[in-house]
Order: sequence, then C-alpha cells, then structure tokens
Amino acid sequence: MEAIVAESPKGGAWSGGGNQPFGSSYGKMMMWFFIMSDALTFLGFLGAYGLIRFKFIDSWPIADEVFTHIPFVHGDYPMYYVAFMTFVLIFSSVTMVLAVDAGKHMKQGKVILYMGLTIVGGLIFLGSQAWEWKTFIHGSYGAVALNDGKIVQFVDASGKQVTLESFKSDAPSERIRQTKSNGIWFQSEASLPSVTLKQVKEGFAKHPEISMRTELIDMDVKEKTILSRDEANELLTRATHVVEGANLKENEYGKTLFADFFFFITGFHGFHVFSGIMINVIIFFNVIIGTYQRRGHYEMVEKVGLYWHFVDLVWVFVFTFFYLI
Amino acid sequence: MSHAKSHTALIWKVFGFLSLITIVEVFLGISKPKSLHLTPFLGTSLLNWIFLILTLVKAYGIAWYFMHLKDEKTGLRRAIVWTVMFLIIYLVFFLLFEGGALNDILNEWTRWTYS
Repeated sequence: MEAIVAESPKGGAWSGGGNQPFGSSYGKMMMWFFIMSDALTFLGFLGAYGLIRFKFIDSWPIADEVFTHIPFVHGDYPMYYVAFMTFVLIFSSVTMVLAVDAGKHMKQGKVILYMGLTIVGGLIFLGSQAWEWKTFIHGSYGAVALNDGKIVQFVDASGKQVTLESFKSDAPSERIRQTKSNGIWFQSEASLPSVTLKQVKEGFAKHPEISMRTELIDMDVKEKTILSRDEANELLTRATHVVEGANLKENEYGKTLFADFFFFITGFHGFHVFSGIMINVIIFFNVIIGTYQRRGHYEMVEKVGLYWHFVDLVWVFVFTFFYLI
Repeated sequence: MSHAKSHTALIWKVFGFLSLITIVEVFLGISKPKSLHLTPFLGTSLLNWIFLILTLVKAYGIAWYFMHLKDEKTGLRRAIVWTVMFLIIYLVFFLLFEGGALNDILNEWTRWTYS
C-alpha cells in the first residue's frame, strides 16, 4: 500500500521531475483546489438561500424563535445550543492543527492524541446536529395552515407563543391514523398531528386571551404581526389543517423553504463532517501503525487537516446566515 | 514543513480570538440591541453588518492560521483567496440583487395580504 504521491514529493505525480509549483506538493495543492470547488458549491447553496430570503424578506421565519431548545432543559434558550456546537467544531479544529504541528516534529504520540480528540469533537458535533434536526422535525408549539399554505401561530396576551395543546378543546378526534394493516389498499400515512383542527377552533373560541400571529414581519420592530381577535377568527375559517414540526413539505415555523434550506444546507454540511470523520479515522489508524513515521513526514495529516478546517470554515458561515442574521 | 518551530502558543492564541468573536456574536444575537438591530444600513441592519464582518474575521483566522495560508507562498495564497473571493462577491451580488428585485416585483402576490 505504498502511496504513489506523498511517498515521493519530488517528481512522480508532477511528471516534470523535481517541480513543485508554489513549493507545494501535488497532494496538498489538489486538496486546496478541491476545497475551492467545494467552497463554491456551498456558495451556491448559501447564495440561493440569500436570494429566497430577500424575496420573502417580510415574512421569513425568525431564527431566534425557531431554534430555542437545549437538551434536558425546558424553556426558551435561543442560540446557546448552536453556540455550543460552534465551539465544539472550532475546538476540534484546534486539536487538528495541533496534530499537524506535532506531526511536523515527528511526535507520533501527540499526533495520535490530538487526532483522536479531533475525531471525538467531530462525533459530538454530528450528534448535536442530529439532535437539532430531531427537535426541528418534532416542532415546538404547533401551528395551523391556511388554505393557501400560509402558517398562523398562536400567542397569549403578552405576545409569547403558546402550544396548541395548552388551549385546545376536548372534542374527540375525527379520524384515526391510516395504517397498512387496516387499509383496503397497501397504503399508510404519516402520524396524525396530536391536536385536531376542530379542537384548535373550539379552544380558540373558548380562550379570549389567545390571539394569532402571522408570518408577516412588522419591519418597525422586526417581530411577527399579532392580529386582533376579529381578524384571527376570520382567518381561522380559512384554516385547513394543523401543522406540527417541520419537514420538506410543511413547516410550523413559517415558510416551508426555510425548512428545505435548513435540511439541505446543514445536511450537506453534516455530510461533510461525517466524511471528514471517516477520513480522519483512516489517517488516525495509519498514524497508529506508524505509516507516516516510516515515511518520514506527516503531510497526509496536514492534508486531511485542511479538509477538516474547511468544514469548520463552512460552519462559521452557516452559523452566521442561519442563526444570526 | 520547512520550519521546525512549534506554533502551539500561536494556535491557542488564535483559538482564544475565535472564541471571543463567537461569544460576542452569540451575545449580540441573543440581546439584539435595538439601536443596531433596527438601524438600516446598506440594505440590511447594522447588526447584520457586524455579524458579517465578524464572520469574515473568523474565516480569516481559520484560513490564515489553521489552514496556514499564511505560511504558503504568496502565489498559491492569491490563487486560492482571490479566485474564491472574486466568485463569492460576484455571485452574491447578483443573487441578492435578484432576490430584492423578486421581492419588489412579486410582493403583491407573495406577501401576507389578509390584513
């Protein structure tokens, strides 16, 4: 398993003999060019997100109100969890660069330690992202969709969002979930919302303190518009069904496109993290069995390090555009 | 690979710097000071511009010190950074401009029209 390239940094792959353009080996330069093209892929995604966001600038979901959960803790904590994820990734970048640094001094033990820590950091990040997805898919308050697909949410007198569960009536559910086993045809459906539209309507009539919030952002205060009871009652006649959580077709937090972009971009990034961990693991084992010690240099660690830092770099932008701006 | 000097101290310094920026970002993101959040500036709020600049500073820190672009030859560094920066600015300018135009044109049909 002799690697063709890094084994002979002078000659071979560059085919011109001892040429090393820019003093950089073939493998390292190709890693840089790959990173550039990958950066442009992410640019395409984030750019598309920006375009759609500007298109719906007056009704885009407010990230602070979407990502408000922390594992094992109840309540409203915007941003903290994703800040934690950012730290994990930055820290794993630090251990990676320490591994590269140790490699330059041929300290095998330290490279093993730091690469191991990097892998652990990557796994923590990936697990956190899975949890973030689960929470987003599961939803937090529930909302009602109108007949043109727009979403309305419910708020109490102070303007804070309330769950459908908290004010629904006890009207019996109108139907049960269709499963394969009781159908006449082999079709089943996704689980039904825990609250029915009828319960919401009756509950809304019974609780005069509850009001409704639309997707429209009041640009003077940058908050969602809250309707009067009369307006809300009129809108409720247009309601078609209850929406809980988010998926590619519906999103209780507002625009479906927000959920689509969220799943797509964080998913694509998460996949990069995943492949980064895989590559790191392979190189990690190579370090343990002493491949690079025998080769005389740790350039391979440096190359996977570049990829790992790039993943971190992308997250910095995803964090900004999805959670901050 | 040419230098044998260890960069450990510098690495931790950069880490502290990046952490500090992240903390500032999160703090501003949660508190959203009205004076920044509600002040429009060049197409978006002042707060968003601060986030954007802090993000670019962070990206610089990662690329220059963690990906050690700083130690690469000037030619390689420029080939990478200038190319990507040019394409980013180019595409982002047109996409955001187009997004704004779509909003202007389609607003009548896409905005919240009930109230």
